[in-house]
Amino acid sequence: MEVKMEAWEQKNKKRMFGVVGFLSLATVVTYLMNDYYVYIAAYVWFGVVYGMCLQYGRFCFSSAFRDLFAVGVPRMVVGIMIAMIFFAFVSSFVTATNMSTFHAAPVGYFMIIAGFIFGVGMVFAGGCASGSLYKTGEGSGAAMLVLLSISITQSVFVAIRGNWVNKLVPQSWHDSAVSKGLPAVIKVGDGWMDQYLAGYVWNHPNITFARMFGFPDESVFGAFVLNTFVGVILPAALVLVWVYLVWVRKGFLKKRMAAGQGTGFGANLAGYWSMITASKRTALAGLVLGIAAGFHMFVMKGLQVKFGVQNFGELMQRMGHTFGLTVNGTVFDPGYWYVTTQEAQWIGWITQKIGIENMDNIFFGLTNGIPNPLFNPADWMTIGLLAGAMIMALAHNEFKWKKPTMELAFWAILGGFFMGIGSRLALGCNVGAFFIRVSNGNPSGWLFGIGMVGGAFLGVKIFNWYTERKMAKEMEAF
Amino acid sequence: MAMKFEKKGEGLYYLDVLGYVCPHPQIYAKKALEKIAKGDVLEMVFDNPSSAESVGAMCEANGIEIIEKKKEGSTFVWKIKKP
Repeated sequence: MEVKMEAWEQKNKKRMFGVVGFLSLATVVTYLMNDYYVYIAAYVWFGVVYGMCLQYGRFCFSSAFRDLFAVGVPRMVVGIMIAMIFFAFVSSFVTATNMSTFHAAPVGYFMIIAGFIFGVGMVFAGGCASGSLYKTGEGSGAAMLVLLSISITQSVFVAIRGNWVNKLVPQSWHDSAVSKGLPAVIKVGDGWMDQYLAGYVWNHPNITFARMFGFPDESVFGAFVLNTFVGVILPAALVLVWVYLVWVRKGFLKKRMAAGQGTGFGANLAGYWSMITASKRTALAGLVLGIAAGFHMFVMKGLQVKFGVQNFGELMQRMGHTFGLTVNGTVFDPGYWYVTTQEAQWIGWITQKIGIENMDNIFFGLTNGIPNPLFNPADWMTIGLLAGAMIMALAHNEFKWKKPTMELAFWAILGGFFMGIGSRLALGCNVGAFFIRVSNGNPSGWLFGIGMVGGAFLGVKIFNWYTERKMAKEMEAF
Repeated sequence: MAMKFEKKGEGLYYLDVLGYVCPHPQIYAKKALEKIAKGDVLEMVFDNPSSAESVGAMCEANGIEIIEKKKEGSTFVWKIKKP
């Protein structure tokens, strides 16, 4: 048995070096082919760091409020707040030196609805968009189904056209959308999603806390005080105070009383701190993730400056790859961590290849494109993330192929569906619409977060009912 | 494979959530601990690494002792005593 275990652990180590070796080789070979590929390599290796951190810290945004509501565990809320504070801090340096790639998203109440739908989905699916990625890297078949479901839902949702959906579009959205003067190849007056985007979402202001108070994001006051302190550190600390008071305080003080210790203000401070440090793994992962996410923006901007471009699509054209570029000659190139858009692009590329036209909508045709996955920088970030999670899981002997049962497959597909809808309505997921936006002082991120918390609450209520029924059935036997 | 919750003997219960992903294992663990009596032991078998983190934190916060933590390959076998 022990010999078998040792052989298995040895095999895991070999596989781990295999993954690292493959990515290293791909980096070197592609660089030798053309130094523009260093742009993709940067995405890949930041993806690896994200994947390693997510797997090491069991860092899943879904579990943040779900585990708080379901089992009273605050570790992930703490981890996320730590990650956002550090990300915001690094990001404020990057922004103040004019090296940020961040673009604020429109701010409106629709973000709460989008977050709510996403939040329900992530509880059903057993992981958020990034969590499902790292769990796929651990070998989870259910997580793979979640990814597939998110990808297909998004790519279909953005492309649905016809009278039946147009009937659901308010006239004001239609009028506003067609008045935007988009290129004729984009059929902006037809389809729910395009009219929602061009006729409704785009009419909302792309603001940050700095700009709300009349300061540019690049100013020191705007970047450090307004976007970071007012926009991130203060609300994050308040969220943690709320979590401490509602979920942690009682149990902590009870333990102190039992040990004959005091329960005054000092004790509460100690309790607050113990909540922050309770899960060192998660806290450490949050810290590294936050710093890496900020540094990622700096590196991508640096490469854009080095090559004299603003988007990878320009480099693709220089290399002679023009398939799947948007009408503006660009591709999805966020310049920072993103998850869901590139997942939609995989399916978008496949459906285009089998003859279904989808470059006439805003999502694929105007803003993101459907480049060959081999040249899709954000896709490679996702592959890097999967590889990073796999490396970490193999290193700790936690990698295992797990075929989903029908029960889990059902929840995975349903959850992925809701996450796919939610992320398109919000123009991003728990990473792109929440983590990145909050950390860069965009109030849109907090609105998505509020919705996500509400959705998680409803999701947990449904799950509690479902599991209670199953437990009761099991307990009939005794 | 569906979840199993069985009485194995006097004061000993068995919860098998192998193959389940989040949040099933931690929710079942919480519910099983609610259902058994004080002093009873719950043997929990699962293979979802992130649930280990959540169940561990839940027990720690509520003063519940995990009397045995075993890892057989990628399977976690924990014995949890309800205080």
